[in-house]
Amino acid sequence: MENTQKNSLLSRFTNMDRENRNVVISYSMIVVLIVFCSIFITPNFASPTFLTQQLRIASFLGIIAAGQMAVILTGNIDLSIPWTLNLSAVVATSIMAGQDGNLPSGIGVALGVGLFVGLVNGIGVAYLRVPAMVLTLGVNAVLKGITVVYTGSAPQFQQTPEFLSKAATEVLFGFLPIAVIIWGLVSVIQYLVLSRSGVGRKTYAVGNNEVVAYLSGIRTPRVLIMVFILSGVLNALAGLLLAGNAGRSFNEMGDPYMLPAIAAVVVGGTSILGGSGKYVGTIAGVIIVRLLDGALNIVQVPPAAKDITFGLVILVMLFLYGRGEKVRE
Amino acid sequence: MISTRSTNQTMPGFWRYALRNFRVGIAFIILFALLAITVSLNERFFTPPVITSTANQSMTLVFAGMAQTTVVITGGIDLSVGPIISLSNSLASAIFSETDSALSIIGVVVIVLAVAALAGLVNGLIVVYGRLQPIIVTLATASIYSGIALFLRPQPGGYVPDIYGDLLTRRVAQILPESLFGEEPAGIAAFFQSLFNFIPASVILLIVVVLIVWIPFRRSQLGMWVYAIGSNEGAAYMSGVNVKLAKVSAYALGGFFAGIGGLFLTAQTLSGDATTGTVFTLQSIAVVVLGGTSLFGGSGGVAGTIAGAIALRLIPTILFFARVNPLQQPLWEGVVILLAVAAGASRIFTVRSRLDTMR
Repeated sequence: MENTQKNSLLSRFTNMDRENRNVVISYSMIVVLIVFCSIFITPNFASPTFLTQQLRIASFLGIIAAGQMAVILTGNIDLSIPWTLNLSAVVATSIMAGQDGNLPSGIGVALGVGLFVGLVNGIGVAYLRVPAMVLTLGVNAVLKGITVVYTGSAPQFQQTPEFLSKAATEVLFGFLPIAVIIWGLVSVIQYLVLSRSGVGRKTYAVGNNEVVAYLSGIRTPRVLIMVFILSGVLNALAGLLLAGNAGRSFNEMGDPYMLPAIAAVVVGGTSILGGSGKYVGTIAGVIIVRLLDGALNIVQVPPAAKDITFGLVILVMLFLYGRGEKVRE
Repeated sequence: MISTRSTNQTMPGFWRYALRNFRVGIAFIILFALLAITVSLNERFFTPPVITSTANQSMTLVFAGMAQTTVVITGGIDLSVGPIISLSNSLASAIFSETDSALSIIGVVVIVLAVAALAGLVNGLIVVYGRLQPIIVTLATASIYSGIALFLRPQPGGYVPDIYGDLLTRRVAQILPESLFGEEPAGIAAFFQSLFNFIPASVILLIVVVLIVWIPFRRSQLGMWVYAIGSNEGAAYMSGVNVKLAKVSAYALGGFFAGIGGLFLTAQTLSGDATTGTVFTLQSIAVVVLGGTSLFGGSGGVAGTIAGAIALRLIPTILFFARVNPLQQPLWEGVVILLAVAAGASRIFTVRSRLDTMR
């Protein structure tokens, strides 16, 4: 009896389509990571306190990865993450000037910056047909220049308002960080839009085959502009939270997030070519990237070993998700 | 269509060549325009020290761009160019011996180039036999190579022989023994002395690499295959191209070029630093696009990339001499890069139908 059950589970797994199989693989990886680390590193690894703490830190990356995932689904990529995030955070902190009363204007302007950057990226990719990798790279360089001009040569020591710091660091009822609630809200919306709405289906369609999508009447430029705006706005949101987390904003605060965000999306089973991948997988990808970092921090391995492990895990996940088709014609 | 073909056939070789490489031509036009601006702002530009420092400042980026170009021609991308440069730099600084003997320096150069080519080879093998996307594979190997570099050189430093640095970063006349030209050179010797006084050793290095590595590769069957794969991998496969071999060798050659970049950087900084190469990954992509090589593969080459890299490095110089507020320099640099790269890569100017732009 038990044997047949096992068989049916296995066959259900092998009969799944690739997207769902990837989601199962990515969540299994989280379990493997937690079990492995709590056996070999420290039993505290599986403790609720530690995992809550990791989830709180993961939520910043999670918000960025959500936007990046939508862009990657259309077969593009957003490399303007670091300085979109940075500029929004810097502008917001200086507008708010540490006062809770200035929160609405600060947040509004930050999200406005993100929206505008996304709009520029989207128009460049959708109408000027510049490859996203090149365009967003250039936009990133310009944003860096604007940030440097805006902040001046002196470093910024402006405190973030207390409310923003609380939103990034406070843990409700001892187990529910506010940052995770924000990431959860973003996730629920993104999940519903991608899997239940017409916009979501169009996003997958553009990623699968833009020409066919266009010929079947989808306004593909609109879809492209929309995903880039989403990415820009979410970067700005992450920038606000990261500023709150650190208590201030500073230059180059976004640099450590670009490659992990792409890695999280891919480790979560989304195809870098676009058109395939589930958002729930991306959540798992973010958690995997975070837990891996957390585990390597606990054992205090040298940074060298950390980089190597990180690269190897990405490769292992890629092979678990299966290789591409052979080129035949 | 027919008319284009007949013009192509009757056109003299040079013009046919120019038309086919029109994007590369644009890179050279941009370079000459920027050179003209530089010279007009700084009349001392064409003096040996300024020429040499400009060449030295550009050279690592030139090799990084060449590394990226070979991979981009296959239709791939290599995000590990920067880390391979860091790896070469760290490795060189770790294994240089303090004896300064010619043999030991040559040994270090050979080992570093072999390791860099091996790093590229590993990229190629995973991309080809793992059938995975280059952008993600090289993102992962980039992390691994950075880690190895950090392992070899946890703190910046290490020993690099001065003579090795001088050999690559000074002018040819400063390297050659003075006795070569005699006490008071006259006639042909004087001509060569003043010529060699103008030519930076790094430019000779670049010319040698292009002549004995790139051009033979480009003209070989392997080189033709690499372009064929970039144009249409399926068609190349159907016409009997050894796709796997050609792709793997393009990645290995990319690693080799990145290794030369790392070795040059080592000569310039005379020390090792495991993070020094990071900036070159994204800059190499910008340089490739500036140089007229399509990110979709199958066209372009290193000539444009070299022009693009030097042009990119001239921009800060121009902003400096134009007395732009230093605070605003990154902004204007970014704007120029964005405009040049976007104009070079945009496909709305070159295609006939909206559908052709979607790929």
